[in-house]
Amino acid sequence: MPNFHNVRKGLDLPLLGAPAATVDGNLRSSVYAVLPSDFHGLVPKLVVKEGDRVLAGSILFHDKADARIKIASPVSGEVARIERGDKRKILAVVILADAQTKYSSQPSGMPANREDAIHWLCESGAWPLIESRPYGRIASPDAKPKAVFINAIATEPLAVSPALALAGREQDFAKGLEVMSLMSDRLVLSISASEASPALTNASGVELHRFAGPHPAGTTSVHINRISPLNKGEVVWTMAYQDVAVLGHLALTGNFKLERTVSLCGTGILKPRCITATPGASLEVFLDSELKPGNFRVISGSVLTGANVGKKGYLTYYSSQVTAIPEGEGTDFFGWVIPSASKWSISRTLFSWLSPSKKFDLNTKQHGEDRAFVVTGLYDKVFPFDVLPMPLIKAMWAKDLDQMEQLGAYEVVPEDFALCEVVCPSKQELQKMAYEAIDLLQKEMN
Amino acid sequence: MKIFQNLFDSTRPVVTTGKLKGLYPLHNALETMFFVPNHNTHSGAHVRDAVDMKRTMIAVIFALVPALLFGMFNAGYQHYKAFGLLAEGSLLSQFFTIQNFMFGAIRIVPMIAVTYIAGLAIEIYFAYRNKHAVNEGFLVSGILIPLIMPIDIPLWMVAISTAFSVLFVKEVFGGTGMNILNPALTARVFAFFAYPTYMSGDKIWINTSPEAGAQVVDGYSGATALGQLASTGQTSYSSMDAFWGFVPGSIGETSTFAILLGAAFLIYTGVGSWKIMLSAVVGGLCMGLIFNSSAHLLDPGAMRSYMELSFYKHLMYGGFAFGVVFMATDPVSAAHTERGKWIYGFLVGLMAILIRVFNPAYPEGIMLAILLMNVFAPLVDHYVVQGNISKRLKRTKLQHA
Repeated sequence: MPNFHNVRKGLDLPLLGAPAATVDGNLRSSVYAVLPSDFHGLVPKLVVKEGDRVLAGSILFHDKADARIKIASPVSGEVARIERGDKRKILAVVILADAQTKYSSQPSGMPANREDAIHWLCESGAWPLIESRPYGRIASPDAKPKAVFINAIATEPLAVSPALALAGREQDFAKGLEVMSLMSDRLVLSISASEASPALTNASGVELHRFAGPHPAGTTSVHINRISPLNKGEVVWTMAYQDVAVLGHLALTGNFKLERTVSLCGTGILKPRCITATPGASLEVFLDSELKPGNFRVISGSVLTGANVGKKGYLTYYSSQVTAIPEGEGTDFFGWVIPSASKWSISRTLFSWLSPSKKFDLNTKQHGEDRAFVVTGLYDKVFPFDVLPMPLIKAMWAKDLDQMEQLGAYEVVPEDFALCEVVCPSKQELQKMAYEAIDLLQKEMN
Repeated sequence: MKIFQNLFDSTRPVVTTGKLKGLYPLHNALETMFFVPNHNTHSGAHVRDAVDMKRTMIAVIFALVPALLFGMFNAGYQHYKAFGLLAEGSLLSQFFTIQNFMFGAIRIVPMIAVTYIAGLAIEIYFAYRNKHAVNEGFLVSGILIPLIMPIDIPLWMVAISTAFSVLFVKEVFGGTGMNILNPALTARVFAFFAYPTYMSGDKIWINTSPEAGAQVVDGYSGATALGQLASTGQTSYSSMDAFWGFVPGSIGETSTFAILLGAAFLIYTGVGSWKIMLSAVVGGLCMGLIFNSSAHLLDPGAMRSYMELSFYKHLMYGGFAFGVVFMATDPVSAAHTERGKWIYGFLVGLMAILIRVFNPAYPEGIMLAILLMNVFAPLVDHYVVQGNISKRLKRTKLQHA
């Protein structure tokens, strides 16, 4: 089969709490918030003030460095307050939502050319849905990407399946692809080898690639690495499939309807399933009736890369998942030597390998303390890139920019180290470290 | 459980703010040994694998248990055999006796204790000095060091060798995870070169402390198989005896079978690198084959007949198996890259047999071969990493050509 990629290295976490394959319910909240911290590297400049009325699609703030990058309100309502932190840093723009969302009307229909399309997407507030590599940030409207990668695979633990999320939005999705095909000569759509949804398998105007294998087979980094590795000086744009449908809806109706099918999952959720939700929604009231009693960590995103937002948090801007898992509690008497059936490990030093299909109720315990790197070769098992993980991690640690560049730092984003972090017996915080290093690389190179 | 927790809780103020501040790393090490602390993830991935450094290290110790137990029996067996005090019967009934085991245990357990005390005292001091937790690396070194020592070595030599290797091989480079050489092997090499009279020759591999009313039997020789081979090119020990381990030698190295049990455990749990083990065996066999095929070029003599020793027998004699399974696979001092591990392991095997045969002064080639390759492992890694880098550069050039 042409364009078929088999990813051998990787790991599917055996987690309990998978969502039922039905979309049941809608996360309607009376409070929404847009957090500038969701947009990596963006410094917000406000265009609204407290008390302003906004529509869905009205601009809330734009990037200080590039005023064309505008962040729009996902709902209509009143700007209730601007939350600020140290040095008056803007933490959140909180909006009291109307009962019925009203949209700021944008021009609909297909833009004539690339420039028009970019201008139109920027003005409508949909531009932040397009991200770019290297560095994994909102795309620059000036960039000329060598390709646009649309990711329509869900291998993150407990993620919503693309076929389910796109059901009923096939036209939006197709239109969105059409819009994105203006952006670059090469539009790549990656889908799962077992994908059956015709909206994806029969998508037109795209270069279709199929991926099989465990996570991270469904991450955009792997797709880029396998299809067209990113060299120094090159740029690609990336997008999640649900956001393509949002663009398509905008083109068809003129409404910026930022809505996603979200997986409500994890063992802390009473009824794990999929729901419809708009990013920015407050989880506080909604989760009261969804969470089991007990001490759970509420994560916007997956257990690998999500943000710990807490029970009173908001659905983050790019997230299509709300996961609740138990917080680890108490010490573990001789826990490092006593084998326990409830513990899971990729190695065979525990007994989880005896039952490969068993799912676990994993909690947030770190299972040990930070240590120096000792074990080698473990990261390689879950890192399916043509990049040497350990040397790159060490270069990142040392903030050695030349070495980072040579070892492929442009080809990865911090999330790619999530599985390395999970299996690391030295309990190193790799994503945080990679985040800081890639940030530094971006600052030095621009 | 509760009683331990209370004990740690009640003594914590003394070592955190009280007079015994210096003992905090010790307190912390003991407490985290009894109770895995309730640390939760605070950044990055929210769930983690249940394996930590302690569990990794204890797996290696489990793998060493067969060789350790066998070594205890063998110490007694060799001793009583030298005095002709073995009861009549089959080899197995002569070997697995409580008498043999107790003889070995009485000598080996104190060696382990001394090693741990000497090594951990230094580790804890450096943990205090550099303000970090006590790393678990020495848990394994503390068992490895006695296992590669001769049974008769005085305890003070064990202590000094251990202290030397922990100080100058580990701590001066920055502690666990930073060392270039294998600490356990360095302890052995230190003893070997600092106290050559105790560490080489024929007298040290079998304990011949006097037994009441018994004399060492006529024709007794305490030489190891490798010692005999190096001086005469022949050995009186059959390769089957060497495989099962009924021969003199360092405490843990004699039984290839017991070591294979450990190797199987290490490979199965994923703790030890099968790539290094396999490639080292291949390297050793290659060198053996080279010798076998080129031996006829030499004049007849000890060297020639040593070179004619069947290539596969090299794997059973001496410390080759022990070194390959437990020493060469030390992840810190071995090559770090996966491709590098193949090269590193192969050269370890090759050099071990080369040194063993061509340098009769140091019959134990594996020890020097591993240390040599420890030194070269960063170079091997360097070229593997450069390979990855130049591949990326080539791709870039192609793109912009």
